[in-house]
Amino acid sequence: MTEGPLLRVDGLGHRFGRVVACDDIAFELFPGEVLGVVGESGSGKTTLLNCLAGRLQPTTGQVLYDMRATGLSDVYGLSEPERRLLMRTDWGFVTQNPRDALRMDISAGGNVGERLMVNGARNYGAIRNGATDWLERVELDTSRIDDRPATFSGGMQQRLQIAKTLVVQPRLVFMDEPTGGLDVSVQARLLDLLRGLVGDLGLSAIIVTHDLAVVRLLADRLMVMRHGQAVEQGLTDQVLDDPHHAYTQLLVSSVLQP
Amino acid sequence: MTQMIRLEDLAKTFVLHLQGRTELPVFENLDLTVEQGECLALTGPSGAGKSTLLRSLCGNYLPDRGRALIRHDGEMLDLVAAPPRAILTARRLTLGYVSQFLRVIPRIPTVDIVAEPAVTLGMERDAARTKAAALLSRLNIGAELHALAPATFSGGEQQRVNVARGFIVNYPILLLDEPTASLDAANRDVVVDLILEARERGAAIVGIFHDEAVRKRVADRTFDLLPQQAAA
Repeated sequence: MTEGPLLRVDGLGHRFGRVVACDDIAFELFPGEVLGVVGESGSGKTTLLNCLAGRLQPTTGQVLYDMRATGLSDVYGLSEPERRLLMRTDWGFVTQNPRDALRMDISAGGNVGERLMVNGARNYGAIRNGATDWLERVELDTSRIDDRPATFSGGMQQRLQIAKTLVVQPRLVFMDEPTGGLDVSVQARLLDLLRGLVGDLGLSAIIVTHDLAVVRLLADRLMVMRHGQAVEQGLTDQVLDDPHHAYTQLLVSSVLQP
Repeated sequence: MTQMIRLEDLAKTFVLHLQGRTELPVFENLDLTVEQGECLALTGPSGAGKSTLLRSLCGNYLPDRGRALIRHDGEMLDLVAAPPRAILTARRLTLGYVSQFLRVIPRIPTVDIVAEPAVTLGMERDAARTKAAALLSRLNIGAELHALAPATFSGGEQQRVNVARGFIVNYPILLLDEPTASLDAANRDVVVDLILEARERGAAIVGIFHDEAVRKRVADRTFDLLPQQAAA
């Protein structure tokens, strides 16, 4: 445990005009850790994720990331090109709607290979092999490599987005409702796949969701958000099985049992 | 003798915010030690806090006061104060926990569920599967079931999958919440043997055993919990 944190967040807040979206958020994320962020719609969890992921400048506070060259550095203190390089090489972002992240007019293999090319890969054979390998890892039929994602089902598109995100081997992945909008059976398969990949690759991840079953399966730690504040944080099963805050108790007791 | 578990002045009260902030005190001023190679049975009437104490010993429940120390990696780790990643590491290396209910992960074959703790500790996947299959067979889960996900198994079969998962690794500390509930006599005997073997190799064991015959066979001593008065 001598290793330092990969990400450190201090006093992070964001306002939209007079509306406080998130306020005074602080935590550390260590290599290989998966943090779940839960809360209902409007609790500020997506705003928080965007601030963490370098997509939205916070109004207050700092996001420090362990840069390979310079150690813990303020993400918003980097120049625009430096931040873009970081987001492209070290980080990944998985959105709820894969159609926002995929290019629908180029092939599935092209979507995955493009990420490799952006990061400097030039050999066609190596790029195609890399793409094929990742389609296999996310359990997509490799005979569909030349098909456009528009011809894929929602679950297949989501798996393609995950392949596209992970092919460059990021150290930290942000996920916004990765299983939202999918059928239950497709969700289970995707969760199982994510669980395996996160474990095998030793990824660090921050997953925003309103689904407590998703975080129980994927997250080591949990942050419960309400009205922009982190009302409870801790080990995932501890927060879910022994919730201390009134709002967490409400969340946990509101889940319907099938 | 090496101390493996030491509880100091431990207290736990549940506060039910949604029910008028009702306070349910479970235990307080709890002091207790468990040595290497010792099996302690928690006793007391239903509702006295036996499961709550056991869950506090693996970091699943968070006590309000006191210390819950376990020997992990040569040092005493306080589960009340430790950060999540320290507790996760302790669970991987030190703490085995067998609950009454199996939390099923969709789609994963029984043999892999049982093998997982060993794989996590670095055992080759094939070797871990072989070991898992042997343990399952010893617990009378037939080979034809090993490749199936346990979602459709009977209560007794799921219980035995849980037991196998808890015993595939030689954890220094074992926490057993009614490991023989819903088992027939033959399977109960297998579980008793597993517990005795673990004790023999030096594991510190804390368990809840409602079956008195089982308790007498495995436990060196008992710790009696008394129900606390609820204060509204």
